[in-house]
Amino acid sequence: MKLSGARIITECLLEQGVDTVFGYPGVSIIRVYDELYKKRGKIKHILTAHEQGAAHAADGYARATGRTGVCLATSGPGATNLVTGIAAAFMDSSPVVFITCNVDEALLGRDAFQEVDITGISMPITKCSYLVRSAGELAGTIREAFALASGGRPGPVLVDVTYNATVEKAEYAYLPKEEHFGRGRSERLMRRGEKVLTQPETDIRDVKRLAEMLKSSERPLIMAGGGVIRSAGAAETLRRVCREHGIPAVSTMMGLGALPSDDGLFLGMAGMYGSDAANRAVGQCDLLIAVGVRFSDRVTGDAGSFAPGAKTVHVDIDRAEINKNVLTAHHIVGDAGKVLSLLSAELKGYGAPPWAEKDGDRELSAPERIIKTVEKLAPGAVIVTDVGQHQLWTCRTFGFSRPGQLITSGGFGAMGFGLGAAIGARIGVKDTPVIHITGDGSFRMNSPELATAARYGLKIISVIMDNSSLGLVRQKQAAEYGGRFYQTELAGGPDYVLLARAYGLRGERAENEKEFETLLSDMLRSGKGGIIDCITDKDEMI
Amino acid sequence: MSSSAKLTRQTLSVLVENSAGVLSQVTRLFSRKGYNIESLAVGTTDDARVSRITVILKGTDRMAEQIAAQLNKLMPVISVQILTGKKAIYREFVMLKVKADGKDARDEIMQIVNVFRAAIVDISRSSLMIAITGDEEKTEAFIKLMSDFGLIEIARTGLIAMERGDGSIRDLSKDRAEYELGKSI
Ligand SMILES: Cc1ncc(C[n+]2csc(CCOP(=O)(O)OP(=O)(O)O)c2C)c(N)n1
Repeated sequence: MKLSGARIITECLLEQGVDTVFGYPGVSIIRVYDELYKKRGKIKHILTAHEQGAAHAADGYARATGRTGVCLATSGPGATNLVTGIAAAFMDSSPVVFITCNVDEALLGRDAFQEVDITGISMPITKCSYLVRSAGELAGTIREAFALASGGRPGPVLVDVTYNATVEKAEYAYLPKEEHFGRGRSERLMRRGEKVLTQPETDIRDVKRLAEMLKSSERPLIMAGGGVIRSAGAAETLRRVCREHGIPAVSTMMGLGALPSDDGLFLGMAGMYGSDAANRAVGQCDLLIAVGVRFSDRVTGDAGSFAPGAKTVHVDIDRAEINKNVLTAHHIVGDAGKVLSLLSAELKGYGAPPWAEKDGDRELSAPERIIKTVEKLAPGAVIVTDVGQHQLWTCRTFGFSRPGQLITSGGFGAMGFGLGAAIGARIGVKDTPVIHITGDGSFRMNSPELATAARYGLKIISVIMDNSSLGLVRQKQAAEYGGRFYQTELAGGPDYVLLARAYGLRGERAENEKEFETLLSDMLRSGKGGIIDCITDKDEMI
Repeated sequence: MSSSAKLTRQTLSVLVENSAGVLSQVTRLFSRKGYNIESLAVGTTDDARVSRITVILKGTDRMAEQIAAQLNKLMPVISVQILTGKKAIYREFVMLKVKADGKDARDEIMQIVNVFRAAIVDISRSSLMIAITGDEEKTEAFIKLMSDFGLIEIARTGLIAMERGDGSIRDLSKDRAEYELGKSI
C-alpha cells in the first residue's frame, strides 16, 4: 500500500497502540496534523499552551502509566521549545518519542525559515536522534524509535522528519508491534542494538556472589533508585526481598515509592535533603546494594567519601553507569526486578541481622504540615512537583506508598515541569486525584498550561506554596551569602487566584493551615480543578 | 577494579554504522567528559556500510573503560575495542614538505629518507614532498630530523591500530563488551 509519509507516521502510532499524543502544530508538520484529524477518533491530540508543556506532559504521561509518551512539534522554534522537556525526560529515564518536522530536504542547511538542526541539538539529551529525509525510511525509523525509547534503560528518542518526507508516498505494510524487533529500518542495526533495546541477560554467577556478600555482611543496606520504579514489578519484588530477609532500605528521590513509607525497614530518602536515618544508615552500612541508581552528586556528596565503611554493589540495566560515579566492589548488569527475584531465590532462609532504625516522629515545619495535610486528605493521589523547597518538603514528608506515585524532575531539576507533567499524568491515570505541588516561582514559569487543563476539563489541583520568593535559592543566599537577597524575591507577582479564574478554573487562597485543609478537602470533592494559593513564610528553610 | 590512575596512551577502535552524524556522536562523548582526543582516524572497512574509527587519548584505564561503555550505548556503534601497548600494532601515515635548497640539503634529506624507508613523492626547485608510514616512534623521529631543514607543511592521518593475533573487532559484539570492560567476576 502506498501512503504519504504523514499517513505512515499516524499508522505507526496506531501500530504502537498510541491513543494520546501531546503537541503543537505548525506549517512544517501540518501534513501530520491533517492525518491526525482523520484519525481523531482513535488518537486524541492534546494541544498545550507551549511546546515545553507538551514535552513535560508526554513525560508525565509516561511516568504515570509506564507507557511510552508521544510528543509532536513543528520545525525551528517548535522543536527548540521541546529541549528542556527532552532533557528532563532523559535525566530521569522516561520513555518519550518526540516527532518533529523540519523544512524541505532541499532547504536543509540553508538557514531556511524555521530551520534548526534539532537532531544535532538533541543528540546529548536523547538515547538516539534520527533525521528522516524520505517517506520510505519512516516506518522503520519510528518502529526503531519506539523500541529504543522503552527498551533497556528507557529514555527519550527524537525523530525529525523533513517536510517532503511527510508529503511523498512510500510503500507501507502494517506490522504488528510484537514483530518490530529485528525487523527495523535496518535489521542489522536492530540486531546489534539488542543489548540496548532489550533487557540484558543477568549472569547468575554475579547474583550468587552478591548473595554470598550479603550472608557475610553485618549491616547490609539496599538503596533503591528510579530503576526500581521504571522496571515493571521491581518495587513489589524489592518489598518482598526486604521483608523476607529483613534487609533495611533507603531510596533516592527517584526511588521514592519503591517501598511504602510506613514499612518498618524503609529508612527514608538518602542524600542532601534526605532523612537522618537514611543518611546514618548509608554512613554505617558495611554492604550497600544500590539498585537502579546513578549515584547522583545530590545523593553521594563527595563520591570519594560516600558510604565509607561499605562494599558497594551496583545493580543497573545500563552498563555505562557502573563505576561512573562511585567505584564498586561488585556489579550486576540487568533489570532491577529480575535481578531482585534471582537474588531472592538465592537467599532462601537468610535473615539479615537487625541493625538500622527508622527516625522517630519529628516536629514538622509549617510547610511540611501542608504536605502532611495533602497526604491525610489524598493519600493515594499522584503527586507532581516542581523544583525548589516545596519539592524537597514533599519528598521528605509525604508518605509515598507505591511506585509512580511521585512525579518529579529529580535529575534535571527543571522548574516549570510540574503543571505540564500533571496534565500528562491526569490524562494517563483515571480514578486517582492528581495534585500538583509547586512554588510560586516554578508555577509562573509554565502557568499558561492552565489553559490546557481548562480546555480539556482536567481536574488537577495545584497547591502553590506561595512564599513570594525563589525559596531554595533565597535560602542559600541566607545561609551562605550574608542574606544578600538578590533577584530571589517575587513580591508584586500576579494574583494567582484571579489568574486561575481567568482561565475558567477555580482559584482559592489559604492564609493558614486550617483554611488550606478546608479548601483542599472541598476541592477534592468537587468536580473542578484549579489552584490553592497557599501563603507561606519565606524564611522557612529546608 | 583493575584501573590504575596512571595517564597513558589509550587507543579505542570503534566500529560504526555509516549513519548521519555518527562521527559527531562519537567525538561528543569525549568532549563532554573533557577528554582531549590526541588523534582521530576514520575510514571505511571491507563493508561499505561500516566505518572504523580509531581514537587516541591520554587517560587512565578507567577513563577508557567509561568512554567505551558510553560508546557502546550509541545505536550506530557496532563494537568498541580498547587496545593497549604491545597487544596491538599501530601505524600512521605522514606527508611532509621540507625546504631543500641546494644539492647538499637534498642529498642529506634523501639519505635520511632511505634509512627510514620513506619515499619522496614530489620534487620542486626548492622543496621535497616526502611520505612516510610507521608507528609513532618512527614518524616522530623522522619529523624531528626533517624539521632541521625547515618544514613547510605537514599532514598526518593519525594513528590506526589493530590487535595482534587471530581475533577480530567484530567478535566484540555488544554482548561481549561487558566482559571486555573488566567484569569483576
Ligand atoms: C528552569 C530553572 N531555572 C532555575 C532553576 C534554579 N532554581 C532551583 S530552585 C529555584 C527556586 C524555586 O522557586 P519556587 O518555585 O518558588 O519554589 P520554592 O523554592 O520557593 O519552594 C530556582 C530558581 C531551576 N531549577 N530551573
